[in-house]
This record gives sequence, structure tokens and C-alpha cells, in this order.
Amino acid sequence: MIEKKLTTQEIELVSDLIAEGVDRAGEEKAALFLAKLSLALANLVGDSAQIGPAVEAALRDL
Amino acid sequence: MYLPLAEPRSSVFYQYRIHPYRRAPEMDGGRSNAPVVIAGAGPIGMATAIDLARFGVPTIVLEQELQVSHGSRATALTRRSVEILQQIGVAERFIAKGLPWQLGRSYFRGQEVYQMVLPHDENDRFLPCLNLEQQYMEEYLVEACEANPLIDLRWGQKVIGASQDNAGVTLRLDTPDGEYDLIVDWVVAADGGRSVLRKIFDLQMEGRSYAGSFVIADIKANIDLPTERLCFFEPDWNPGSNVLIHRQPDGIWRVDFRLPDNETVAQALEPQRLAPRINAVLEMLHQKTEWQLDWTAVYSASTLTLPNYVHGRVLFTGDAAHLLPIFGVRGANTGLQDANNLAWKLAFVVQGWSDRALLESYSDERVEAAREICAEGGRSTRFMTPPSKGFRLMRDAALSFALSEDFLKDLLHWRTSRPHNYLTSHLNSFPEADRAFSGGIACGGPVRNVKLGEGDFLLDRVGAGVGFHLIAFAGDRRADEDLVRILDQAGRMEFPVVRVAVGARAAEIAADQAELAIADSWERVAAIYDAAPGTIYLLRPDLHVCARWRATNADEVTQALRNAAMTQQRLQP
Repeated sequence: MIEKKLTTQEIELVSDLIAEGVDRAGEEKAALFLAKLSLALANLVGDSAQIGPAVEAALRDL
Repeated sequence: MYLPLAEPRSSVFYQYRIHPYRRAPEMDGGRSNAPVVIAGAGPIGMATAIDLARFGVPTIVLEQELQVSHGSRATALTRRSVEILQQIGVAERFIAKGLPWQLGRSYFRGQEVYQMVLPHDENDRFLPCLNLEQQYMEEYLVEACEANPLIDLRWGQKVIGASQDNAGVTLRLDTPDGEYDLIVDWVVAADGGRSVLRKIFDLQMEGRSYAGSFVIADIKANIDLPTERLCFFEPDWNPGSNVLIHRQPDGIWRVDFRLPDNETVAQALEPQRLAPRINAVLEMLHQKTEWQLDWTAVYSASTLTLPNYVHGRVLFTGDAAHLLPIFGVRGANTGLQDANNLAWKLAFVVQGWSDRALLESYSDERVEAAREICAEGGRSTRFMTPPSKGFRLMRDAALSFALSEDFLKDLLHWRTSRPHNYLTSHLNSFPEADRAFSGGIACGGPVRNVKLGEGDFLLDRVGAGVGFHLIAFAGDRRADEDLVRILDQAGRMEFPVVRVAVGARAAEIAADQAELAIADSWERVAAIYDAAPGTIYLLRPDLHVCARWRATNADEVTQALRNAAMTQQRLQP
């Protein structure tokens, strides 16, 4: 289970931002946009050990 | 009866020469005196022969063709390769003809997104890379082989069979005069990526091959650009592909691109498909010029190696031993390091100085190097030719970011071939003494060149010597009692040891007890090797450090020498 670090309001805000980003990228470029965003966020997290579990968590129940 | 092609190959820049086939003396009842046969007169086979000859070992080099390589093939030599060529005494013509370079530029969507300057400083004699068509590399090595009385280079000899037992190897050869057997103690398999000897002995390589084929097209064109490595990701004219461009001597330009997945090799090489692509490349380079096609080839990327390069008395080297990705100029450059590692060890075994087990260290060290290259080269390959949708997406994400952000730009670094550090080698000794240094070259690492004066470099002098190198740093002192004993004992070994005195009074020391004196008036050698008076470095004949001490004595130095040479004596109780 991923540790909850943001408040619910913050998560909601971030989710909206990404949703708007996906829409702005357009259907064809959505995957590329999300891939870039993942790289940028991983870099900002600054701890590569946390990325593996996040990848696994995101893969669950697709 | 085997009849090699007797017509010179055609080329728009290179004059092929047919070398004469000669009937082998063994066909008329003679028996060869050469203890070593080298299968394959490519750059690696010939470099091995020339290196072996330095140690007095005669060789027969067998070449299937009557002429040098078809196409520019290897083309890029690294600094370490040029240093090895210098060591075996053949670098001059390579340097005179080759085009040196150190800069690579990568482009994406018409914008330069990455620039890589390969490291170079004033202590290096040679730039990081040297472009030279393989025909010239082979021509210069053929000349050196033919001028060497210890090398019997035989053209038009095709290996068709091989068997071995404890006593030796029997090679079955086919020639224009029919077949004959050649019986020798050792065979060096330098017969390339499609090694016949690897097939005859049914040896399997380990690793993986990557999907995707690449086309190389060499063109002669009048293009006004400097010698740099250019890489274009996803150019407009060929989306989904990259293009690599290298300048070569004689106005030859190499264009290298991935062919679309739905296209066969034969289709890709059809002139009506190839020509517009080359025109598109020239347009991309803003060059309006006529061009002529010289040579084309198709390759795919692999990271494959034999798990052991010693198969009884058959020793695999170069592409016969491993198939490595082209990205990072790894083929010939890895092969030349193989050759340099193998030659002295085989020579020491042939001369009876070393136990046969020394050859196992060749395999251990070079298989480890190949595996490291496979891992590194595999990463570069995944970037250049993503093997799946996921890898492709993340590669595209990195490229897209590279247009505006710096944090992941180094993913575009293509990891150029570099010398391997034999850190875990059994030939290294006195690890505590090694750890006492804070800088310099650690055990296993390759020699570092040092500028001694105008046009005068450490490797100009040290490299020319044959054997182990004992480098004694004396500062401004003369040899004290310990050093006298160390040098004296090293000079009495049954195998060659070149003693090098470094310091203000090196000439005095060398007068009696060393072969080489380096005054080190700029004190640069001492600084780069983290040395003080009393420091000793021991280099193997391939100029990798195998022991070093801040202070030591003759017994320790002898012990380290015997350990690294795996002398017969060492193995006796």
C-alpha cells in the first residue's frame, strides 16, 4: 500500500491537473504526456527505490 | 578445391589489391614450426600475430580471401585501440590517414538536443576516436605482417575442419591446390562474427539479439562538415528511425539508419528505395551535392558472448568470441583489447615461462569485459532501437523532454567503448598496498598516458618495451639499497621485465639497472600515478596495473611478478 502523503484536497487538485493535461495532450499523445510526467515526477521524488512499488501499485486492477 | 575471388573488389575510393596465393609447404610433406596458427587476417587476427611476434612467437595467419575486407566496416578506433596499435608498432600510418574526433551531436525535430564531448586532455597523445575505413586498417596490418619474419600470412586458405587432443590442433584447410592438414600447438580463432571454428566446435553464445535491422551505406560525397558523430532521432523523412552519420577519410561518409519494420533487407537495398533516403539525409545536412554509393551492409544488434574463450587449445577472440552492438564503437575496439590481453599470455605459455592456466585468465578477464559491454551496450541499443512499445514510449518521452529540460539529457549519451578495468583479476596482488593509494591507477586499470614534453608522451617510451613493466619512482633520489635489490631481482626473472626509473636522477639509475629512464621534469608522471619516492607500479605486458606499493621490497615484487605471470615455479610447492 502506498503511503498517503498528500491531503485529500491536494490529491483532488493534482488529479484535476493531470486530467486537464491528458485532455490538452490529446488522445494520440496522452501516453507520451503521461510517460514524460512520470519521469519528471520520479526525478522530483528523488528516491528511485520508491518508483518500483509505485509501478507495481499502478499495475494492479487495471 | 577452394577458389577464392581473384578479382579485386570494386570501390569508388579504395584500390583493392590481390595478394598471391602460395602453395603451403605442408602439402609437400613439410611440417610447420610455428606453434600458433591464427585463423582470420582481420584487424584482430593480425594485431594478435604482430603482438605475439614481439615476444618471439612465430605464427601462421590464415586468410580465406586474397584481399582485404569488403567495406569500411569497423571504421572507428578508440584512443585505447590507437594506444594498443602504437604499442605493437603500427600506429603511425593509422594516424596519418585517419580522421580524429571527439564530438558527437544528437538532433531531434531539427534541434540539437545533446552534445557529447568525449574526454581528452593534454596528457593524451591521441584524440578519443579515429575514423578509418577497415580496408586501410587491414592494409597497414598486412604490410606489418608481411615485413615481419615471424609471421607467415597465407592468403586463400579456407578452414573446413578442425579437431584437437591434448597434444595439439589439426586444422583441415582447403586451397586452390586442394586440401591439407595443418598441425599446431595452438589456434587463435579470429575468424569473425560468422566464425567457422565456433561452428565446427559447436560452441553456443549467450545473450540476446535485438529485433530491427540497420542499413549502412557508405557514399562518396563532397560534404563540408567537420569530423563529428551525428545522430538524428526520428527525422521527418523517416519517422520511427534514427540516422547516424560518420565522416571517413577519402571523402567517404557513412550513413546508418534503421529500416522500417515492414521492409525486407533486399527491399531496403534496392537503389530506388536507397537513393531517395540518402538524398533526404543530404538535405537534412543542408548539403547539395552529387554522391556515389561505395558499399552497403545490413546489421542487427546483439549482445552475445561465448561463456569461455578458451576451448582446449583453441582460443577465441574478437567477433568470433562475442557479437556486440555497433552503438559505442564496440566491435573492433573490444577485439583489439582481447588481442592485447591474449597475445602476451599465449606468448608466455608458448615460451614456457607460464603455466597454461594463464590462458584461463584471458578468458575470465575478457568474458567479464564482454558481459559488462553487453549490459552497457544493451542499454544504448534499447535507446537507439526500443525493443517494445513500453521502451519506445519512454525513449520518446526522454527525447521530447530533451528539447526543453536537462535532467535526463544524459540518457542520450551513447557510452563509447572504453578499456575494461580488471579489478577482480587473479593476476592482481597485494590489495592492501593498492588501497593505500588515494589516486593514481588502481590494480586492474589500464596505463594512463602522460605528457612528458613537447611531442613526448609516456606511452611513446613505455609502450615500446616488451614484457612486464616495473615502474620505480625515485623523486630526486638515487636508488637506495632496497630499490637496487628490487631492480636487480626483477632483471633476473626468466621472462622479460622492462625496468623503468622515474625521477630527476633516473638516467643514473638506468645506467646500471633499468632499461628506461624518465626524468619527469614536470613531475607529472608522479602526480598522475599518485607516486612518491619509493612507489613501485607493476604493469602487465598489456599495460594494466597488477600491483603497486607505496614502499616495498624485492621479495614482494618478485612474488607479484610470479603471481601475474603464473610462472611454473609458483605452482611448485
